Amino acid sequence: MQVKAQIAMVMNLDKCIGCHTCSVTCKNVWTNRQGTEYQWWNNVETKPGVGYPKLYEDQERWKGGWTLDRKGRLKLKAGGKLRKLLNIFFNPDLPEIEDYYEPWTYDYETLTKAGPSDDQPVARPISQISGDPLDLAWGPNWDDDLAGGTTTARFDPNIRGELEESVRFEYEKVFMMYLPRICEHCLNPSCVASCPSGAMYKREEDGIVLVDQEQCRGWRYCVSGCPYKKVYFNWETGKAEKCTLCYPRIESGQPTICSETCVGRLRYIGLILYDADRVQEAASTPDEKDLLDAQRSVFLDPSDPEVVEQARYDGVPDDWIEAAQRSPIYPLAIEWGVALPLHPEYRTLPMVWYVPPLSPVMGFVEGEGSEADPDDVFPAIDELRIPVQYLANLLSAGDEEVIRNVLKRLAAMRGYMREKNLSGAGADEIADSVGMSPRAVEDMYRLLAIAKYEERYVIPLAHKELAAELEGQQGSCGLDFAGGPGSCAPAEPNGSRRNEAFYAMKEKLEQRAGELGSVPAPNVQFFKSKADFESFHLKGRPQGGGA
Amino acid sequence: MNLWDQFLWVIFPYLSLVIFVLGHIYRYVYDQYGWTPKSSQMFERRMLMWGVLLFHWGILFVFIGHVMGLLVPIEVYRAMGVSDHAYHLLALWAGTFFGVIALAGILLLNMRRWFISRVRTNTETMRFITDGLLLVVILSGLFATVGYRIYAAQYDLPAEFEYRENIAPWFRSLFYFAPQAELMLEVPLMFQVHVLLAFVLFALWPFSSLVHVFSIPLGYLRRGYIQYRSSNPQAARARERARRKGQQVPRPERSRNVE
Repeated sequence: MQVKAQIAMVMNLDKCIGCHTCSVTCKNVWTNRQGTEYQWWNNVETKPGVGYPKLYEDQERWKGGWTLDRKGRLKLKAGGKLRKLLNIFFNPDLPEIEDYYEPWTYDYETLTKAGPSDDQPVARPISQISGDPLDLAWGPNWDDDLAGGTTTARFDPNIRGELEESVRFEYEKVFMMYLPRICEHCLNPSCVASCPSGAMYKREEDGIVLVDQEQCRGWRYCVSGCPYKKVYFNWETGKAEKCTLCYPRIESGQPTICSETCVGRLRYIGLILYDADRVQEAASTPDEKDLLDAQRSVFLDPSDPEVVEQARYDGVPDDWIEAAQRSPIYPLAIEWGVALPLHPEYRTLPMVWYVPPLSPVMGFVEGEGSEADPDDVFPAIDELRIPVQYLANLLSAGDEEVIRNVLKRLAAMRGYMREKNLSGAGADEIADSVGMSPRAVEDMYRLLAIAKYEERYVIPLAHKELAAELEGQQGSCGLDFAGGPGSCAPAEPNGSRRNEAFYAMKEKLEQRAGELGSVPAPNVQFFKSKADFESFHLKGRPQGGGA
Repeated sequence: MNLWDQFLWVIFPYLSLVIFVLGHIYRYVYDQYGWTPKSSQMFERRMLMWGVLLFHWGILFVFIGHVMGLLVPIEVYRAMGVSDHAYHLLALWAGTFFGVIALAGILLLNMRRWFISRVRTNTETMRFITDGLLLVVILSGLFATVGYRIYAAQYDLPAEFEYRENIAPWFRSLFYFAPQAELMLEVPLMFQVHVLLAFVLFALWPFSSLVHVFSIPLGYLRRGYIQYRSSNPQAARARERARRKGQQVPRPERSRNVE
């Protein structure tokens, strides 16, 4: 057993209203640069629908994720290492910009400078890639809320088998749900395995999957290797970029920006301890339907003394072990088992899980003359608008029984709480009927319905003081490259480029280091003077004022 | 031999090679972030597929041909019993075959770069120059290989120009720092042009996306699939060593977070 910690997320789809606030805040923070216009590190898809990029779930076409070879060994669906090197000149499985959409802006100048005229002036859309006028035919969330669903949604790869016969896109029979997606930060990431340059990696401490922008050589195999298509190619810099799980926020104990701004408060972030030695074994489980249980078996109970001892042995800090014990993810995914991974059949062991949504009972069940008992929801589980099989294709590799059990638990929780609110006493038999204790049902209700910020986001601070290379990194301009999202030294109005934040931080660090005694303060020895710092970071003397 | 010859066959090649070597070192040290072939596959796929595959596989074999012709001395072939005629027959047919493949590829790539709007808009000047230069160098090379035979036939010259007795030793002489410029003086113009254009390309190489040639990811074959990186690699390595020995690692004190 080798214990590693992983930051994981759960989204409660029951509460997603499809407002796209997560996508918009993510875009404003990370991808509002040239080359990243089309990159939605967080996006919200309407399901059924083709998704983003179009039909990304069709792995027969894109060859993302893992599969088993004839001997049952795990291999990349797109082929092994030698095959990749022979194909290094041209990636046969790479989506084109049309599979996403061509980003555009509008010719506002013509509009604002238009003189008096008989005709209404318009701002024509122009491509942000070529600058040419563009006839818009597809864009972000073009099929939002099933818009155009009769022509596109039927191609949803999750509508297969019997569903193909039964799903109808007539107004009164239609169903839909929202699916917010970020990078899954998988335990067995196929993007990392696909990278010929070794530029992609999982962080040892928290499992966040990142692209080393300096080491990336732009071969684009991560883009095609990721079955969720959550690694994007920046066409301006020629490098791959992806969701960073907002690691600068996570390191300082804050939730990702998509979670922070989620209107429905449906996201949960916490730690999962897992057994790194068993990841490959779990991903190689022969039957796709057993992958969910296999992944759950890799997760370790953070309250188990043996696990705690091993975690300490493997270098997990004590406050991280405590955080793992308070994690909202562990009960949702394991204890109550109501959270499920997206497409476990890709064998990447994804770490963003979903609580499937309950949906209204189909009209013909609860319609006029219905004898259905409103408290007895179980018989109606199979009559919900969103077919159980559809959810199963999405969240449990097609195993309907898993979905049915989760939905029953969610329905039972509502029944239990209704009973408790009306009669004052909990209805233990309802909890019993889904194999949960009344206490567990109430805990689940608390976490899913009324949990506060601190309960939804249990994120321990990163132990950066343990990092060896801190002296070199601290205070440097994160992502301060051409085209990068941030620069730490914006020009002041008076022309000074002195970075006040840096000096404030530097002083604080020195003071704190003094108090602690044994800890060397980062940067203290590295920069002897302000001039040192400025000549190192600001590439020459500032113009006017400043130093 | 006048100063002009000295410049063309000694000074200029050395300038170019120095820029090539130092330029790559400079770029590697200071511009890891810019080190990429900067693919435009997302913008246009079909022409790229044909262009890229034809060009890269063609140029790979053309490169091998140049190693055989320039770096391997003619004495080696003679010692091995390969007749000059047999060598030139191979050089002509294989060279022309792969040369034409590379030419078709680079032609497609150039057309694509110029005529497809969103590819053109996102191409730096240097990329236009190097792509164009590659086309010209390949064309001049093919012209030297095939064109010389046509030229020689008209003037009753020997059909096979033995570049292994002048160009090749001159090229090698550059690398042991005893340049023999005089060897290049009697070389036909079409060969001279090809050589000089190639050296122009070498001088531009480190400042273009051609640097990606040196990033063939052979390390991928040896590497494990899942890569981990630690913010404290020394501690991670120490833990790993201790794990293998089954020892306990000294633990840092808990939670000394510097805010």
